[in-house]
Amino acid sequence: MTGASRRAIKLQVNGKPHAAEVDVRLTLADCLRQEFKLTGTHLGCEHGVCGACTVLLDGQSVRACLMLAVQADGRAVATVEGLAGADGKLNILQQAFKDHHGLQCGFCTPGILMTLTECFADKPDLTEQDIRVALSGNICRCTGYQGIVDAAMDALRKMRSLL
Amino acid sequence: MKPPPFKYYDPTAQNEVVGLLSSLENLKLLAGGQSLLPMLNMRFVLPDHVVDLNRVAGLDFVEADAGGGLRIGAMTRQRTLEFSADVAARAPLIREAVLHVGHRQTRNRGTLGGSLSHLDPAAELVTAAVALDAVVALRGPAGLRQLAMSEFMLGYMTPATNPDEMLVSVTFPALPAAHGWGFVEFARRHGDFAIASAAATLVTDAQGRISKVALALGGIGVVPLRMPELETGLLGAVASEALFADHCRACATVEAMDDALVTAGYRQQLAPVMARRALMAALQRSGGGAATQPH
Repeated sequence: MTGASRRAIKLQVNGKPHAAEVDVRLTLADCLRQEFKLTGTHLGCEHGVCGACTVLLDGQSVRACLMLAVQADGRAVATVEGLAGADGKLNILQQAFKDHHGLQCGFCTPGILMTLTECFADKPDLTEQDIRVALSGNICRCTGYQGIVDAAMDALRKMRSLL
Repeated sequence: MKPPPFKYYDPTAQNEVVGLLSSLENLKLLAGGQSLLPMLNMRFVLPDHVVDLNRVAGLDFVEADAGGGLRIGAMTRQRTLEFSADVAARAPLIREAVLHVGHRQTRNRGTLGGSLSHLDPAAELVTAAVALDAVVALRGPAGLRQLAMSEFMLGYMTPATNPDEMLVSVTFPALPAAHGWGFVEFARRHGDFAIASAAATLVTDAQGRISKVALALGGIGVVPLRMPELETGLLGAVASEALFADHCRACATVEAMDDALVTAGYRQQLAPVMARRALMAALQRSGGGAATQPH
């Protein structure tokens, strides 16, 4: 077996097929931003600590800075761009962040929204403690987290009422 | 930041991996990538070849054996360990340790074999494996060989894996169903590597006498440390907090790491406290009593 320096990859991003030929060393985060121009996924620390680049890989939250783009070949990725409706209407979680001051500068927000999207899909009966544990993997330097927790709990209540 | 240039391989069979290991120089195996990718991004490592294990068959499993033990594939995700019913039933210490490993976003990728091969002395899974007398299986050109954790850990972040070998699975021997377990750690933030941690398992008889005990200290020495003399000293004694506090004083004399943020003396001060708390948690859960599992 021979090693590659560049590779053609195909993946689904937010339900739409994407393809590119990339350097094998390109991270998934840089691929999303530079190749697919999906700049909603933010890069903070680029070594897995801050959580800003969190995306969903086949429904599971991952650090997009700690994966190579070639590793996402054939997989389904979900990013913050896929959360709002086609008409731009914010989804329940995004609207709750707006209502509860869940963001200020907004840099960490895409990662937090994707983490919470996974949590809500995993387990609809989350407690506030579960939310806080989940958010421990995302750093926010503006809000002090209370607005984020309030937004998450409000979104959870609204989603449950729709069930 | 971006990783340095390298050649990428994504084999699907273990013998292909061993073939690459045998023929290439300056190669890194990529498991979950939660330590290797930061090291690549920051260019702490500059491999010529990266061999991705994520598509290799037969490395992602949790197998409960007939004897009550567990065999776990090297590429089993930390998330799988967290939610596996077999792990919770047979080696609940692993589940408790894994809840301290990073965050859900890193546990979704991070693997058991990656953590053991990286061999960070503060890594929770390494400390738990030491407490549980885990045995690792390494595959090389001549086949499989098994090593106890004590033989596997050669030194600071240095596993005994030969350059042409790969870690394929980890066996955790059976413990009595009624054993107690405890994993505690001291870290500045939830999800950080431990400044000091301790893992313990404990079996007591009907009179509360200790018939089996294991204690490992993590984050303190250059590899997680077992405390054999302390363990022997506890055998036959009636378990109590005072007994543990007394015996755990010995943990303050272990050789500890010194770094820019934490002095050896501080680690030595934390060690007896972590040890006592881990043993107390194990005592409270021993005898098959109702277990509480803090998240």
